[in-house]
Amino acid sequence: MKLPAPNAILGGAIVGIVILSALSGALWTPFDPLKINFAARLQPPGPVYLLGTDEFGRDVLSRLMAAAATSVWISLLTVTAAVTAGTALGVFAGYVRGWTDRILMAFNDALLAFPGILLALGLLAVIGANKYGIILALGLAYTPSVARVVRGTVLSLREKEFVEASRVMGNSEVFTMARHILPNCVAPLTVLATSMFGWVLLSESALSFLGLGVPPPAPTWGNMLASSRSFIAQAVWLGIFPGLCISLTLLGINLLGDALRDKLDPRMRGV
Amino acid sequence: MLRFALRRILMAVPTLLIMAVSVFVLIRLIPGDPASLMLGDLADPASLADLRQRLGLDQSLPVQFGIWFGNVLQGDLGNSITSSQPVLPLVLDRFWISARIVFVAVLFATAVAVPAGVIAAWRQNSTLDLALVGTATVLLSIPTFWLGLLLLLLLGLKLEWLPVVGYVSFTENPTAALLYIIMPVMTLFLHEMGVLIRMARASTLEVLRLDYITHARAKGLSESAVLWRHAFKNAFGPTWTLIGLVLGNLLGGIAVVETVFTIPGLGRLLVDSIFARDYPVIQGCLLFVAFVYVVVNLIVDLLYPVFDPRVTAE
Amino acid sequence: MAKTELLSVEGLRLTVAHSQMDVVKGISFSVAPGEIVGIVGESGSGKTLAARAVMGLEPPAIRRTAGTIRFEGRDIAQLSPGDLRKLRGARVGMVFQEPMTSLNPSMLIGRQLDEGLALHRKLSPEERRTLILDMLRRVGLKDPEGALQSYPHQFSGGMRQRIMLASVMLLQPALLIADEPTTALDALVQRDVLELMVELTRARGTAVLMISHDLAMVARYTDRIIVMQKGEIVEEGATQDLLREPKDPYTRKLLTAMPHRLPARHIPDAAVPIVEVRNLVVEYGGRQGFLRKESGKRVLHGIDLSIKPREVVALVGGSGSGKTTLGRAIAGLLNPTGGEIRFAGRSIVPGSEGWNDYRLNCQMVFQDPYSSLDPRMTIGALVREALRLVPNMSSREKTERVREVLNEVGLGGDYAERYPHELSGGQRQRVAIARAVVRRPAFVIADEPVSALDVTVRAQVLDLFADLQERHGFSCLFISHDLGVVEQVADRVIVMQDGRIAEEGTRDAVFDAPQHPYTRRLLSAIPILVRTEQDGVRLRWRDEEASPDHGAGASRPEAYASLG
Repeated sequence: MKLPAPNAILGGAIVGIVILSALSGALWTPFDPLKINFAARLQPPGPVYLLGTDEFGRDVLSRLMAAAATSVWISLLTVTAAVTAGTALGVFAGYVRGWTDRILMAFNDALLAFPGILLALGLLAVIGANKYGIILALGLAYTPSVARVVRGTVLSLREKEFVEASRVMGNSEVFTMARHILPNCVAPLTVLATSMFGWVLLSESALSFLGLGVPPPAPTWGNMLASSRSFIAQAVWLGIFPGLCISLTLLGINLLGDALRDKLDPRMRGV
Repeated sequence: MLRFALRRILMAVPTLLIMAVSVFVLIRLIPGDPASLMLGDLADPASLADLRQRLGLDQSLPVQFGIWFGNVLQGDLGNSITSSQPVLPLVLDRFWISARIVFVAVLFATAVAVPAGVIAAWRQNSTLDLALVGTATVLLSIPTFWLGLLLLLLLGLKLEWLPVVGYVSFTENPTAALLYIIMPVMTLFLHEMGVLIRMARASTLEVLRLDYITHARAKGLSESAVLWRHAFKNAFGPTWTLIGLVLGNLLGGIAVVETVFTIPGLGRLLVDSIFARDYPVIQGCLLFVAFVYVVVNLIVDLLYPVFDPRVTAE
Repeated sequence: MAKTELLSVEGLRLTVAHSQMDVVKGISFSVAPGEIVGIVGESGSGKTLAARAVMGLEPPAIRRTAGTIRFEGRDIAQLSPGDLRKLRGARVGMVFQEPMTSLNPSMLIGRQLDEGLALHRKLSPEERRTLILDMLRRVGLKDPEGALQSYPHQFSGGMRQRIMLASVMLLQPALLIADEPTTALDALVQRDVLELMVELTRARGTAVLMISHDLAMVARYTDRIIVMQKGEIVEEGATQDLLREPKDPYTRKLLTAMPHRLPARHIPDAAVPIVEVRNLVVEYGGRQGFLRKESGKRVLHGIDLSIKPREVVALVGGSGSGKTTLGRAIAGLLNPTGGEIRFAGRSIVPGSEGWNDYRLNCQMVFQDPYSSLDPRMTIGALVREALRLVPNMSSREKTERVREVLNEVGLGGDYAERYPHELSGGQRQRVAIARAVVRRPAFVIADEPVSALDVTVRAQVLDLFADLQERHGFSCLFISHDLGVVEQVADRVIVMQDGRIAEEGTRDAVFDAPQHPYTRRLLSAIPILVRTEQDGVRLRWRDEEASPDHGAGASRPEAYASLG
């Protein structure tokens, strides 16, 4: 059995740890992440509170784990939503072609043209910032990318000879779509979904940092960083650990994404 | 070439139109009377009635859009609820501040990252290459707000080399202004380096595989002539496109950096106005950033043929 | 090794970096000044890598682990990089296979041609410009000044190869290495470019090392042939001698694999042709971009043809002739703009009764073995899918039929469980054929089914196809640009040019007494093959027709020496 690339191993390991912490964070943490305890406020990392406490005396480690759970959960739901909606849109547009396709893609591209989190910010202004609002806003913001990629894949697959062979055999367009085109979309979708997980996680953290994400007291890495700013001089650890978590998670996802891309779809390298 | 340019410009028009429609629809989605949304809760009935009339709220939605869009095209984006100042000048002022930081950061990042990526590709799998790729991957995994925070901690608080809070405009005091923007620029610079090195490397690797590179060597050209005279230009295309995307992304994402360094830029304006429910400003920011982004990418596309003349032949 | 050898290679061994796998296993050969030598082999023979290694241009993944290469008496391994670069271009030139990627797309042609000249010769810019314009004219460019200011993408494949030749010959090298120089080009363009190359090299006394898998082409233009297989030289000798009396079994295999004429079959007439096409017109719609107003482009101008049961009809032509479009129209993959297609007498229109019947009875084999099979399905599933819509066939019967047909194509046993990526190109085409015949159709359309295959594999697949056709009696529309292959398989031949039928007739009639000038030109590119007792071949070339757009070709008297 060929050993997977070092990228994959390292990336996979990191992502594995994050997911484990997330799972754990949802079920059990050393301390209650929400419980306020002024007696223990702003303790540096030590034997009891492994990563220190924040300004409300809450254990940082526990909060980080709970934050992992929240962020991972939000990102997972968002990516699922975006991939589902985007695939449906992309497949439909790639299938019908003609004016419907053109109009759909014009709208898609216009939405895609809103840079970065701008669209999400706009949507949040309307929907209001809460857990489900974020999922909706980010999901909507990322659906156009998925639609584009899926449509592109569908279009290029349509011209492939094995798809023509299916038609010559007499199979209906719908059958050809389902049996031949969709399964071959899985590979690029997987690569995209992995990268997207990273983008969404980052976006959610950024939004939370700005105060437009998950509202306190529920911890996410982003809002933990935000609140650390007031105490940064006295409690450096408050600013280090949440950021470290985000960075390591993103690093793991990037490495994993790279390895997946090399294996499944070398043409997308460098994106 | 002219046809290509015209075609690209014309393609941008429907995009801008749909974006405008999206923003219009977005704002209208907010529950409540559009007029009081625009003027705020404390507005008097007379102004409310007046605005309702001007916005054409009694007419059909497409007509309302027409009136609204007409105003936008004339530069009338309404007035801020919080400051009662016209939105457009406010947005423009803030834009210049953000744009300076973004532009300088991306310029430096490109100047360093692209040659680095090209050389990494040239010396593929060498220690230098692996180090560059590793560094780049790490750099782009670090969120800008954390990176900024770390820089602030190190250079601002611990070493006290640079000022921590605030912003001074260039017109007031150039040297002080410089000090204030070093860290924000550095933050963006480091992050974008990660992104650009990887892209430059990947596209150079692709190009080095092609026959015309071997042909150039077969002519007897030196390795560096092959690399810089033949490979570089062709490899730069995808990176150039990426730069357009990066510039756009930063216009939105700079909000976090502005928050960390307390800079009164466009990103911060948008976020503040969301908190304040200052809808005219929200709308103005969205429209303006979207517009700038489309224009920037249009320019990028129009210059693309410099690197790959084949696109004009479509 | 004589001192007069221009290039002498001894014991050359090339290995894949970081592994023990040798791709070239210690070969020795030489090229004399002014000589034209051909290296022939199939994929995996190592011929391309050996050629590139001559000037140290092997790809980074390949290392030279043994052997010496001497050029003009000097060992190139002993040369400094600077000295080696002085040789490249000035003394040894290389022409590559893919005209689309061998010129820098973002650099003006003028600059690319000037580069080599400026590097190796001490001339003023005006002198260089004169030389370049001269050479461009020589290779047949109508507007050399304009070409200098143009980019490569503004020229066709054939023109780009000519520009490449110009670029390389400009420096008047002593040796020209041509790596599959015409494989990617149309048959007629191929010949023009080759004739040009031979003429230019003869004029300057440049030796040529020609790498190719096309034995006929190599046989026509070379003095000596070297045959390579799996990294080794199996035989070499003077061209005519080697062809007539090949010694090595592999060489014999290559020669027998060359397509040759089989006795004509008599196909009885039938009351109703199995497929009939009347006045078929296909147009591609005008583009509706913002600034485009092109009217529809007519690709087929009213085609009439009919195919008898059990007959193999070949459709030949160059690119742009419309043969592929015609094939696809008949297969139902595109909607004709006008005209009618009939199957067994019934008009086929999507949705009609005749349509379903047609679908069951008409199948297709595609060209590219790498993209005609869904990579996610097993071989068994791929073939079985063709039976999906067959009525009145139980699941068990289907399984049985799949097994039967896989055996027929020689892929019995556990092949049904394998995936396409585990199979070679030839094996994949067998699967494609199995898939096409599993329904026992009455009519099969084969679109360039062997063009992407190696010569020996090609022969096997063609034999298989002929065998199946004989056995099951389906009619076939065989589309190909390769007249040699057509000579072997066809009962009747239809020649197409620019969307019209130029000529049609029985195979013997078309090949022996071509009427249309286009047919004659196509035929002049393939040899008449006669087998010798020693398992060799004797090749004859049909007399060339003088025609205005013949290019710079000049026929070689030696080619006629082997007549009779």
